[in-house]
Amino acid sequence: MVKVARTPTQQALRRFMRSSSGRAGLIIVGLFVLLALLAPLLAPYDPAKDRNLRMRLKPPTIEHPMGTDELGRDILIRVWHGSRISLRVGVVAVGLALAAGTLLGLVAGFFGGWVDTLTSWLIDIMLAFPSILLAIAIVAVIGPGIGNAMLAVGAVQVPVFARLARSMVLSLKEQEFVAAARALGATNPRILLRHVLPNGLSPLIVQATLSIATAILDAAGLGFLGLGAQPPAPEWGVMIARGFQYFSTAPWISLFPGLAIMLAVLGFNLLGDGLRDALDPRAARS
Amino acid sequence: MAAYAIRRFLGLIPVLFGVSLLVFTFVHLIPGDPARVMLGQRATPEALKRLREELNLDKPLFFNLAAYRKTGDPRRLFDSQYPAYLSRILRGDLGRSIFSKVSISEELRARFPATFELTLGAMVVALLVGIPAGILAAIRKNSLFDLLVMTGALVGVSMPIFWLGLLLIYVFAVNLHWLPPSGRLGIGVSFHPLTGLLVLDSLLERRPDVLADALRHLILPSLALGSIPAAVIARMMRSAMLEVLGQDYVRTARAKGLPERVVIWKHALKNAMLPVITIIGLWFGTLLTGAILTETIFNWPGIGKWLYEAIQARDYPIVQGGTLFIAGIYVVVNALVDLSYGLLDPRIQYR
Repeated sequence: MVKVARTPTQQALRRFMRSSSGRAGLIIVGLFVLLALLAPLLAPYDPAKDRNLRMRLKPPTIEHPMGTDELGRDILIRVWHGSRISLRVGVVAVGLALAAGTLLGLVAGFFGGWVDTLTSWLIDIMLAFPSILLAIAIVAVIGPGIGNAMLAVGAVQVPVFARLARSMVLSLKEQEFVAAARALGATNPRILLRHVLPNGLSPLIVQATLSIATAILDAAGLGFLGLGAQPPAPEWGVMIARGFQYFSTAPWISLFPGLAIMLAVLGFNLLGDGLRDALDPRAARS
Repeated sequence: MAAYAIRRFLGLIPVLFGVSLLVFTFVHLIPGDPARVMLGQRATPEALKRLREELNLDKPLFFNLAAYRKTGDPRRLFDSQYPAYLSRILRGDLGRSIFSKVSISEELRARFPATFELTLGAMVVALLVGIPAGILAAIRKNSLFDLLVMTGALVGVSMPIFWLGLLLIYVFAVNLHWLPPSGRLGIGVSFHPLTGLLVLDSLLERRPDVLADALRHLILPSLALGSIPAAVIARMMRSAMLEVLGQDYVRTARAKGLPERVVIWKHALKNAMLPVITIIGLWFGTLLTGAILTETIFNWPGIGKWLYEAIQARDYPIVQGGTLFIAGIYVVVNALVDLSYGLLDPRIQYR
């Protein structure tokens, strides 16, 4: 039999599929994304108009598998549509943080000198705040709302990516392929974006996946405190907070959105672990 | 070591300076007139003027160029908001609440013991669960127990704390009536704490009834707050233990014929604890400062809950002062953890 040489991508894919947490994470996240995308097609929903007071606070039945809330709204439908909000918050917030943090870290690590000193100072300042506190403080200043919560949750992740990107550049910029690119006359932006960044992408991807999990948790926390998405939006944290008032008589109102958060966060955590096994085998073993 | 410690703490100065700058800027990032945002639309012009003067809002932010040009006195250059703020906080004065007028530094001091006690409680939970679970999982790698611990740890880090808190209240307070759902002491318990750490105070004052009551109130919030660090410590403990168990000196110890008990609990554990201790230290800082959600749910009269109420009430001086206080503690605790690592592991040389 002829042995087929594998490209690095194929090797990573094989390692990923061999990791059981990676497979489990992929299934959970895949289902989550699919359900979020299909929600408006399969079950159109308008949270502002949905109200049926005759069906208030009904426990789970076949008709309403997760029960109904204080306004008689079906919780299953709301949890389902809530997945769209949480997914969007997680992806957008981390996308912003990834872009801003990576750029900051790349520039700091590559140019060094006072640029690096200044950036490292800024990173240290942001890391001096516990992340949820910083997010709460940002929202307290710019005002509550789902968009601002997204910004706040993203902003607190910026230093994480900046640090990662900076240390990545520091280890890569002395390598020969960078010197070769420079000898060929490549400009600094080209060296950074075409040569350094693609070679250091793996840890950033792993961190981004894990950060989505954190972002979903943080955003739900903000929603719970009334600082994120606002009612009647079917956001999971908001739903838990509303259910809090009926907790002793109708615990299902808070129970199911919480389970949804847990499952979504678990999915991204598992996926991140799997990606680490696949992309960063050395880090995984230690 | 001493030189390193001094340098590590001197390095905190620029960070703390930046933190004060950021926290100061908070109030000025509020869109519109901060005084009006704080006092609301119906505030009288006199009240607005008074607040503006109180907060120095009528002066420039950083440099008072106009006053400097007019008088030619370089000291007037710093007759502006931030320098005044900085000199105030350096004297330990964090200002006053807009509404209740209480001194923020005094209120923080009064509330800190509650937060500290909750942190200790959560840490006890995290250590009692995380360390044994991690060690046993490592010893019986790939067993059913290992699988359960690892799954539990993953679920533990994925759970929203505020939701876990609600579940605990529902099960143990509302349904089973085993434990109280909120607060630090039952209503009608008369007790004058010395330090504010109720568990310690009740021991000092020989009040077993208060001790029992305080502990009963402490259990549920500690479980909620301790869940994530318990999960993280279990994972860390397991991987550190597995790494150590694969090393030569452990094989030597086994080859010498030492009983497995001694190999694991004496030889392996000592080295496996090192990375875990760092994690424990860092989590201590995080818990001490990150209990906003837990304190709010359990109506725990600590700093986090106060901060949350201040945010709801738009009492910005409290938000400012509280955030600054928390960031300060967080930075100092993390620096201490950094240093303690060198004391514990003689292989680490500070330069």
